[in-house]
Amino acid sequence: MNYHWNWGVFFKSTGVGSEIYLNWFVSGLGWTLAIALTGWAIALLLGSVLGVMRTLEEGWLARIAAVYVAVFRNIPLLVQLFFWYFMVPDLLPTPLETWFKQDLSPGASAFVSVVICLGLFTAARVAEQVRTGIEALPRGQVNAGLAIGLTRVQLYRHVLLPQAFRIVIPPLTSEFLNIIKNSSVASLIGLMDLLAQTKQTAEYTANIFEVFTLATLIYFVINMGFMKLMNRVENSVRIPGMMGGSGK
Amino acid sequence: MSTLDFSQILPAMPGLVEGMTLTLELLVGGVLGGIVLGTLLAIARLSDSRVLSGLARFYVNYFRSIPLLLVISWFYLVVPMLLSWITGSMTPVGAFTSCIVAFVMFEAAYFSEIVRAGIQSIPKGQINAAYALGMTYSQAMRYVILPLAFRKMTPLLLQQSIILFQDTSLVYAVGLMDFLNTARSKGDVVGLPHEFLLFAAAVYFVISFGASRAVKRLHSRWAV
Repeated sequence: MNYHWNWGVFFKSTGVGSEIYLNWFVSGLGWTLAIALTGWAIALLLGSVLGVMRTLEEGWLARIAAVYVAVFRNIPLLVQLFFWYFMVPDLLPTPLETWFKQDLSPGASAFVSVVICLGLFTAARVAEQVRTGIEALPRGQVNAGLAIGLTRVQLYRHVLLPQAFRIVIPPLTSEFLNIIKNSSVASLIGLMDLLAQTKQTAEYTANIFEVFTLATLIYFVINMGFMKLMNRVENSVRIPGMMGGSGK
Repeated sequence: MSTLDFSQILPAMPGLVEGMTLTLELLVGGVLGGIVLGTLLAIARLSDSRVLSGLARFYVNYFRSIPLLLVISWFYLVVPMLLSWITGSMTPVGAFTSCIVAFVMFEAAYFSEIVRAGIQSIPKGQINAAYALGMTYSQAMRYVILPLAFRKMTPLLLQQSIILFQDTSLVYAVGLMDFLNTARSKGDVVGLPHEFLLFAAAVYFVISFGASRAVKRLHSRWAV
């Protein structure tokens, strides 16, 4: 079998206007980042609330959060995606259902589904990290806060969370990188994200190796770049006198 | 949508069991192959040779920074091509083989990090004692270090396997009829997609949740 290597394939015209294949990658990357960032906003917000709930003394709040985490961590992401994309729209009240199915463009409805899916899925993981961060703080922090007359809300807002979030920067970084990688499931419900554009380019050009190499490189650079960036952030916000960071 | 009707699930059972069998085959293949390759990578990573440890490090960073779905899609196209280059003839390889290869290669990166941490957690005295007995490096690894390390890291390896169990559902991308895909298509055929999806979710949940509970118990029982 003959394989025609051609690293210039990305600059070839797609046949649509003046578009080249590289444009497809750029637009795919845009979708991937849009999905990941929007999903991350949901995950961070909801995950922080759930994580705090798990550390509360009110048993029922902690239990609700525990059930949430167990459910969303033990069902495959793809099953959850099918749930949000194929099933939930049918369960909506009729006006909402028609709006979702008919008024929204296919791309927009897929985007909404995948963002909700990834946001709620990742929230369970964020919740576990936030809980671990809070529980890692010495018990004295809570006692000292209460002793100087802080309310519980103030205690969390001014004492526990500012410290906990610094501790959990490394695990949250890897959760953020996970949401970027996981956003590739969007390609399975027809969104033209980076992976979908890669597959499409591979089909059109038959230059499988070059095309997938570029996609891999893009994911790789995003990951490594972000990890380096977060290492810097971690070092700059580290609380003096605490362990962690660069192995000191 | 009206009420849910789960009556069609029982008649579909034989097909669903077949789907689950395929899921488990993918899991077992991925886990066994992944642990073997992952162990080799971990040993390479910890070796004194700069080239070997550099290569192993690159491998791990590489596979850990790309989505599994990308690996599955890529290998689905590439593995048949590579095989035909090697053997010189067109050997038809199914999606199943390419998925197993993808899982092994991908999971090896994650397993190798677990194995590496396991090996590094063994006190240096163990390997010195092995050398003192006159063992070679590979003997020390095989008879002393790895058995100790594996006992420590079994819970983590199992936890990673539970993650892979859920991730096997991604073979949907190449049309393999695993448990999820079977449930979907059966549900579509009888016109009850929601019921079959909920059933699939429940099955995945019960297995993953039960397994991670068991792993936690094992972890505390095996704690040194």
